[in-house]
Amino acid sequence: MASLGIIISLVIIFGGLVALFLRSVLGHEVDRRIIFLFIFIAVAAPILFPLTFSEKATEVVKGVFNKVESLPAGSKVLLSFDFDPAMAPEVQPMANAISRHCLEKGHKVIFMSLWATGQALLTQSLQDYILPGFPEKQDGVDFVNIGYKAGNEGVLNVIITDFRKMFPTDVNSVPLDSIELFDDISSAKDLDLVIAIGGGKPGPKEWVLFIGDPGDVPIGFGVAAVVAPQLYPYYPAQAIGILGGVKGAAEYESELMKTHVRFRYMDTPGLRMMGPQTLAHMVIMCFIIIGNIVYFRSRRREKQT
Amino acid sequence: MEHLGLWVAAFLTLGIYSFLYRDNPWYKLSEAIFIGISAGYWVVTLFWDNFYGKFWVGHGEDPWLWVGAVLGFLMLLRLVPKIGWISRWPLSFIVGATAGLWMMNYFSSNIMLQVKDTIMPLFGSGYTASAYDIVGNIVVAVGTFSGLVYFFFSKEHKGAFGATAKVGIWFIMITFGASFGYTVMSRMSLLIGRMDFLFSDWLGLIK
Repeated sequence: MASLGIIISLVIIFGGLVALFLRSVLGHEVDRRIIFLFIFIAVAAPILFPLTFSEKATEVVKGVFNKVESLPAGSKVLLSFDFDPAMAPEVQPMANAISRHCLEKGHKVIFMSLWATGQALLTQSLQDYILPGFPEKQDGVDFVNIGYKAGNEGVLNVIITDFRKMFPTDVNSVPLDSIELFDDISSAKDLDLVIAIGGGKPGPKEWVLFIGDPGDVPIGFGVAAVVAPQLYPYYPAQAIGILGGVKGAAEYESELMKTHVRFRYMDTPGLRMMGPQTLAHMVIMCFIIIGNIVYFRSRRREKQT
Repeated sequence: MEHLGLWVAAFLTLGIYSFLYRDNPWYKLSEAIFIGISAGYWVVTLFWDNFYGKFWVGHGEDPWLWVGAVLGFLMLLRLVPKIGWISRWPLSFIVGATAGLWMMNYFSSNIMLQVKDTIMPLFGSGYTASAYDIVGNIVVAVGTFSGLVYFFFSKEHKGAFGATAKVGIWFIMITFGASFGYTVMSRMSLLIGRMDFLFSDWLGLIK
C-alpha cells in the first residue's frame, strides 16, 4: 500500500514536472504557487507513505559519535540545547539521539541551555523521549538539568572559571553543591566533552570561542543545516565533528542503531525525515534545471532576433 | 484541553502557510499572535530569571548586582522622551563590554588558530597524511589564498593576479552553492516538521 502510494505520488510529481517543462519551453510563465504545490506533494507523499533510505555515517559525523563511544563510563559530558521551537524539527532528532547515546555509555550528562526557549524544549525532551528509555538513571547522579541562564556568551565566560557562580542550583532549585554529579566539577574545564546543539547565536561558535579553545575542552556540534557551512572551518582542529541538519541526525541514528542493539528499534525521526528531504530536493533540482534550460533558450532566441 | 491545543496549533500553522497563496487576514492574525507570544515569553522569562532570580534574590550577597540594576533602569529611560538620551550610557557599556569580551577570544580562535589550520604541511619528516588529506590541505590553502586575492581591490584584476582572483571567485561560488544546498535542507526540515505535526498529531493519519 505504502509503495503503491509513493509510486503514484512520484508519477504525479514527475509527470507534472515534464508538463511544466513543456509549458515553459513554449514560453508560458509558471506561477510560484505551482512550485509550492509540487513541494507540498513531494514532502507530504513520503510522510503519508513512508519512504526511508539507509544512511552511512560520514567522517565528520563519526567524529562526534566515536568521541562519545570512546570516552570511559563516568565521563562528564555537557549537552547544551541552544534552540527554539522553530529550529526544533531539525535539531531535536540529533539532540535525542546524542542524549540517549551518552546515557547508554554511562556518561554523567549535564543538560543546559543558553536559549530561554531551549529550557522548555530540554525539559520536555527529557520527560517524553530520553528518560523513559533509562528508568535506572538517577537525577543528580547520572544526569542533571541545570536549565537556562540569561547572558549569552557571558554565561560561558563565567563557567569557564566557576560553574556555581552562574548556576548556583539546578533547574529544580537543588544547590549544585549537594548534587553528586558536580562533586568534582568546579568549572567547564573539568568537562570531558561538550556538544553544542543549536545553530543560532549564542550557539556552537560561542562554545568554541569561550570554552573549547581557552579551556582545551573537546567540542562537538549538532547544528541546523543553514549554519553548518560556516562551522566547517572549525573542523577538525577546533571541533571534533559536526552533525549538519537532518542528514547529520540520520547518520548519527543509523550509526547508533548499528552499534547498540538496544536502539535497533528506537524511533528515528532523522531517518524518517530523509525520505521527504530527498524527494523535495529532487523536485527543487528539477526546477533549477528547468529554469536554466528555459532561461538559456530564451536568451538564445533573443540573440537570434 | 490537549485537543484544543492541537487545534489552535494547527489553525496557526495553516494560517502562516496561507501566505504562500497570498497575504490575508488569517496570516496577519497568526503572525501577530506569534510575535506577541514570543515577546511575552521573553519578558516573563527574563523577569523571573534575571530580575527576580538573580537581582532580587542575590542583591544582598553581591552588591555588584546593583550596578546592573541601575544600568537596566537607565535603559528604560528611553521611554521618557525628554531624558531618553541617558539610555545611551548603559548602551555604550554593553557595546564596550561585548567588544572587550569578544576581542581576545575572537583574535585567538578565529584568526590565529584559523590561520594555523589553513597552513597545513603536505609532506615532511615525521608527518604522515593520506593522499586524500594532502589533496584536502592543498584545496584549503589554494581556496583561502585565491579567495583573499579576489577581495583585494587595490590592484586591477589582470594577468596572473586576475587569474588567481578568478580561481577565488570559483571557490566562493562553490561555497555559496554548498550554503544554498544546506539552506534548502534546513527550510525543508522545518516544513517536514510542521507537516508531520499536521498529519500525525492533528489529523492522526500516521500512527
